[in-house]
Amino acid sequence: MVNFTQITVKDIAKEVKDNCLLGIPADYSGVPMSVTIEIIKNKTKGLRLYCLPLTTIQGDMLIGSGCVNEIETAAVTLGEYGQAPRFQDAIENSKINIKDSTCPALHAQLQATEKSVPFMPLRGILGSDLYKNRNDWSVIDNPMNNSNTNDEKIVILPAVQLDILIFHASKADINGNVQIGRRRELATLAHASKKVYVTVEEIVDEDFFDSELKAAATLPSLYVDGISLAKNGAWPCGLTDYYDIDTNEMSKYAKAAKYQETFDEYMRDFISQNNYSNF
Amino acid sequence: MTEIFQSEIIISEISNLLKDDKHVAIGAASPIPGSAALLAQEERKNTNLKLQVTILHSQKFNNFTDGSRELFDASAQGRIDTFFLGGVQIDGEANINLVGTGRYPKLDKRFSGSFGSALMYFVVPKIILFREEHTPRTLVKKVDFISAPGISPPNIYRPGGPKYLITNKALFSFNKKKKSFKIEKINPEFTLDEVIKSTGFEFKTNKNLKYFTMPSQKRIDILRNLIAPKVLNFYPQFAKKLWFN
Repeated sequence: MVNFTQITVKDIAKEVKDNCLLGIPADYSGVPMSVTIEIIKNKTKGLRLYCLPLTTIQGDMLIGSGCVNEIETAAVTLGEYGQAPRFQDAIENSKINIKDSTCPALHAQLQATEKSVPFMPLRGILGSDLYKNRNDWSVIDNPMNNSNTNDEKIVILPAVQLDILIFHASKADINGNVQIGRRRELATLAHASKKVYVTVEEIVDEDFFDSELKAAATLPSLYVDGISLAKNGAWPCGLTDYYDIDTNEMSKYAKAAKYQETFDEYMRDFISQNNYSNF
Repeated sequence: MTEIFQSEIIISEISNLLKDDKHVAIGAASPIPGSAALLAQEERKNTNLKLQVTILHSQKFNNFTDGSRELFDASAQGRIDTFFLGGVQIDGEANINLVGTGRYPKLDKRFSGSFGSALMYFVVPKIILFREEHTPRTLVKKVDFISAPGISPPNIYRPGGPKYLITNKALFSFNKKKKSFKIEKINPEFTLDEVIKSTGFEFKTNKNLKYFTMPSQKRIDILRNLIAPKVLNFYPQFAKKLWFN
């Protein structure tokens, strides 16, 4: 018996409202593919994706399925499987807006929200066309007299709070604490999000806080609004210690996503098969 | 002597550029730099100058525990000596473009995005630009979009920046004061004239121009026997194509 209310993958997908700002974890930190399929089935519209700091198949699928209005990211790519074709098509044909960023800026904007301060300074960036195209970023003179660089100019970035974050993790304990291992960026995302939902491979009969080692790798339940079981919930992406990326499926997707028609065909199959259990 | 692949020669050349480093980090989609760093680490294993290698896309070779921001924080603190950046386009002033070609934002051809380049290029002392394809479309006079600039004015904090550019045809060094590249080594399969023709920007020639050094049999053995199986773990497609087909 667990001491929290277990919900379903479908319940989580329903929490993703049209036009919301949705946190997207990178390919190495637990991609919630089972929920992504349900979001696509729900025909959710106008999503604004905030990637920390990039997305692969999840973002590309959501874009190709017409769920996305805007994306803020440092990259969209299928990694070893090539460029992200639906993303490329959407940008080249102005179907979505993009806020091109860089990894540390995406972290810093959430860190500002974690600390509840209005902005965060970050070095670098100046002189790039990223800066020129971001009217939400600004530059100040370093007000502290503590830099070896004379009259230093430094970029400031606004605090960003997400409406909702969804990620997939290996385990939850009986009290709804979630194991995130060393993927601490998931904690950053969670701290900066109004709502947090997690799918897990398994729920284990223990409390992670009974072990100092496990507690250090845990996102406490106080940041978590709902947990669902979803075995293979990251497939075809990988999950550390559980399964590797499915190379065949990724190659198949990369090929199909090249054109909208073949992507649509692929998605019909992908949605109809039941790859995830414990819905 | 066994046949040596082009990629192995480049891995070997990159490995030579890491000789005084203490910590090399490898970012996304960088199998050749990753192989080079692991090779340098293996060759220095029994010396006093150990090399720390952090490969972000690996479980075992990722030394960070504070999430993906730690690479950027550690770099800003000066804890990383060398990092690699690529580019859809690289120009003669070492500006790099990872975003796409054409007029931003509605580009003719969109690529993945700038990743961490807009900070890493400023703070890591030795940035090695790596782009295998060496043609007038990759090495251009002026990039269409600046993901990160090659040089900065004095009122910008910038301890780091470009030091080398390596392609399948040549190795260049970058001179910050002269704002230009100088050719240092050339792949013996190409002439200098061919390199000039395939480079969209002007670069300084070199009286002491050398050829790429062929890796020794010993180095090739280390690479194939010890490094290749490691690379297979985190860049499986690359390793299979080169070593395990």
